[in-house]
Amino acid sequence: MLTGLPLSTILLVTGFGLALIGIWGILAHRHLMRIIIGFVLLDTGFHIVMVATGYVTGGTAPIVDKAFSTAEAMHSTIDPVPSALVVTAIVIGMSVTAVMLAFAIRLYESKKTLSIDAFTESKW
Amino acid sequence: MIRRVIVLFVVGLFAIVFARMIGDYSELQGLRPLAEYFVSRGPVELGVPNIVTGILITYRGFDTLGEVAVLFMVAASVGLLLKKDGQAADTTPADAEEQRPPSEIVSSGATVLLPVIFAFGAYVIMNGHLSAGGGFQGGAIVASGSMLMLLARPDSSLNVAVLSVIESFAGVIYVCIGILGLVLAGGFLDGRFLPLGEFGAFFSAGAVPVISTLLGIKVGAELSVIIDRFRS
Repeated sequence: MLTGLPLSTILLVTGFGLALIGIWGILAHRHLMRIIIGFVLLDTGFHIVMVATGYVTGGTAPIVDKAFSTAEAMHSTIDPVPSALVVTAIVIGMSVTAVMLAFAIRLYESKKTLSIDAFTESKW
Repeated sequence: MIRRVIVLFVVGLFAIVFARMIGDYSELQGLRPLAEYFVSRGPVELGVPNIVTGILITYRGFDTLGEVAVLFMVAASVGLLLKKDGQAADTTPADAEEQRPPSEIVSSGATVLLPVIFAFGAYVIMNGHLSAGGGFQGGAIVASGSMLMLLARPDSSLNVAVLSVIESFAGVIYVCIGILGLVLAGGFLDGRFLPLGEFGAFFSAGAVPVISTLLGIKVGAELSVIIDRFRS
């Protein structure tokens, strides 16, 4: 390993960094597309964090075959549970993004703008 | 100005929370008990070399069914949201004339790449139980192929009705296999009512490849329908 940092720390920093950029994007921007992009960044960041929590030092992919027996796998695979969870999370995140984009298209049709300043109906 | 300060403050607070979490985290040195069970029992009980697929399709198969239901719901709601109103139908032909034809690179790239992309998608779907891959991943690859097709030939249209029928049938068969598992084997979506076969062979692991293929078909069809809906 080139750096002294453990791999999971590097992944956690990357993931949380992306999530922070996403939160900033959601809060600071007034344009609907930028808010959606912020959400996608937040989503991706947390996926990376979830995968990182499954990493076992020196582990490899949890695929058993002739060259990699079950006994060996017990000591040198990563935790497969977060990986399986993230597959689910990616699909759900993509679905939510698709619905948000569809809503954005509808909102644009009604006001001909994507700035959230124009949508004041639900503002108290 | 005051908004910016508030935003910076909130992001700063999140940064502190995340920094504490990173600081406290120590890398795993061994598998957690649940993972240990999956890794040790998965290949023996299910005959699935790829443990992640084993978890997704059998151990947590019910979650996967829920996820597929979410995807179905999204395809339906996107269709509802993007449904054309009466007057919008008149403007479409005018837009179609303004549309530029796809560039040389996209159209000839599509001709060369499309068969390869679809074949690769089918490979990833079918080999989900043996190596990295599975229904969701392969379905996404197939949908990316249909996206390229729609980009290269904007005037072509997907047959949404047929795709919906295929997708519904895949869903129904998926649930039927789940119930078969309940009747013939250990529980809902338990694939062991088919013979496990030789470990690592293409036809092995009971019903896992069948369920994986159905998932792939369903995800591919659903994502293609969503992409087609956004195009209009």
